[in-house]
Amino acid sequence: MSDKARGKYTTVSIPITLYNRIKKLIEGTGFTSVSQYVTYVLREVVAAHEEERYEEPFTEEDKEKIIEKLKRLGYI
Amino acid sequence: MIPKPHGGRLVNRVAKGKRREALLEEAGELPSIEISYERLIDLLDIAYGAFSPLEGFLLQEDYLHVLYDMRLSNDLPWTIPVVLDADPDEIADVKEGDDIALKHNDETYAVMRVEEIYGWDKKEYARQVYKTTDPEHPGVAKTYRRKELLIGGEIDFIGEFRHPLENRILWPIETRVLFREKKWRTIVAFQTRNVPHRGHEYVQKAALTFTDGLLIHPLIGWKKPGDYRDEVIFAAYEALVKYYYPKNVVVLAGLLMNMNYAGPREAIHHAIVRKNFGATHFIVGRDHAGVGDYYGPYEAWEIFDEFPDLGITPLFIREAFYCRKCGGMVNEKICPHGEEYRVKISGTKIRKMIREGKIPPEYMMRPEVAKVILSFNDPFVH
Repeated sequence: MSDKARGKYTTVSIPITLYNRIKKLIEGTGFTSVSQYVTYVLREVVAAHEEERYEEPFTEEDKEKIIEKLKRLGYI
Repeated sequence: MIPKPHGGRLVNRVAKGKRREALLEEAGELPSIEISYERLIDLLDIAYGAFSPLEGFLLQEDYLHVLYDMRLSNDLPWTIPVVLDADPDEIADVKEGDDIALKHNDETYAVMRVEEIYGWDKKEYARQVYKTTDPEHPGVAKTYRRKELLIGGEIDFIGEFRHPLENRILWPIETRVLFREKKWRTIVAFQTRNVPHRGHEYVQKAALTFTDGLLIHPLIGWKKPGDYRDEVIFAAYEALVKYYYPKNVVVLAGLLMNMNYAGPREAIHHAIVRKNFGATHFIVGRDHAGVGDYYGPYEAWEIFDEFPDLGITPLFIREAFYCRKCGGMVNEKICPHGEEYRVKISGTKIRKMIREGKIPPEYMMRPEVAKVILSFNDPFVH
């Protein structure tokens, strides 16, 4: 199945001035297009934003049981 | 800081209490398929969160995204398709929307909601995942032996899994509690399917120099003939940790997971799984998860450039060797001396000596480790 058929890409508008700036910036780097660079940077930024406070998925009771097991197995 | 699981939530598909009882009863009435031991291991990795965010075997949309883009359809990095195969005959009466029981050796392990049944091109799978269609490649050979259809859908684990090394296997929720108890904020994970030689020890200690703890995480699962048996790897590491590591900086725990030998793609997969176990850093070896000469020596490092959003930091530590002039284990980045002074630590050479019942020289392997390996009648997989 082609990339297009799978709906792999969509279009986002950026100012032409920014486009030109990026185009210049990526010259001689491993990035082969402005789109590739923008995708890379956005993924990095989005992942950083997603790293908000995370609560571990266990209750105090679960935790006590796990600690008991870890002690029995010699890990603690 | 211990990272969030991949996708933000640690998956738990292990049914407990009354829900488990109800599902067990229901499973007895459902059509069932027999799954291989390897798929049972996948099932466990999904159920216990090692494969978070997967809640089941991949649907076609995710499968195609993983195959071609190395990402799930929600853009999260994921490089190895986790798919369940079935013969058309055995699922002739099963349609999308049905529940089925998944059995191994006639024992029921899970209930699965069949959301989708679809075909796959095994050769294309091999080309994308293994970068070769050569049936001599152990991962490709396994792919070609798989069944003709794929079934996608969520699972609920209801079985009781027993393993000779079950007391050495920890799941992500357990390592996360353990790291918290130890008050470790940075944890480097080391993937292995080998007994430790001095090169491994050097790499681990180099990483441990700037992290709070080290998770030595041997794979327990399918391996190719000639690899060391799981119990041998554990015993060898226990000896190394006992004699050569400070107390309270190492956790040695088994990871029940299949080895695919998919080189660069598998390096990313290994890193994602270690993130789910709570590791902040992951040591990526030269030719990580490679086999033969199917992958370039540094391909497994280069692929990380494509994943700025992985959420775990890869550590690329160069292969160690013994330098006679330096008088110790070093690597090419820190040793200025010529080849004539360098002694490479070869796993193949060590394996040959072990087969002959010989203790390798101390610059290759710690004598305490070698003695433990030699205490086994047959340390290798056949």
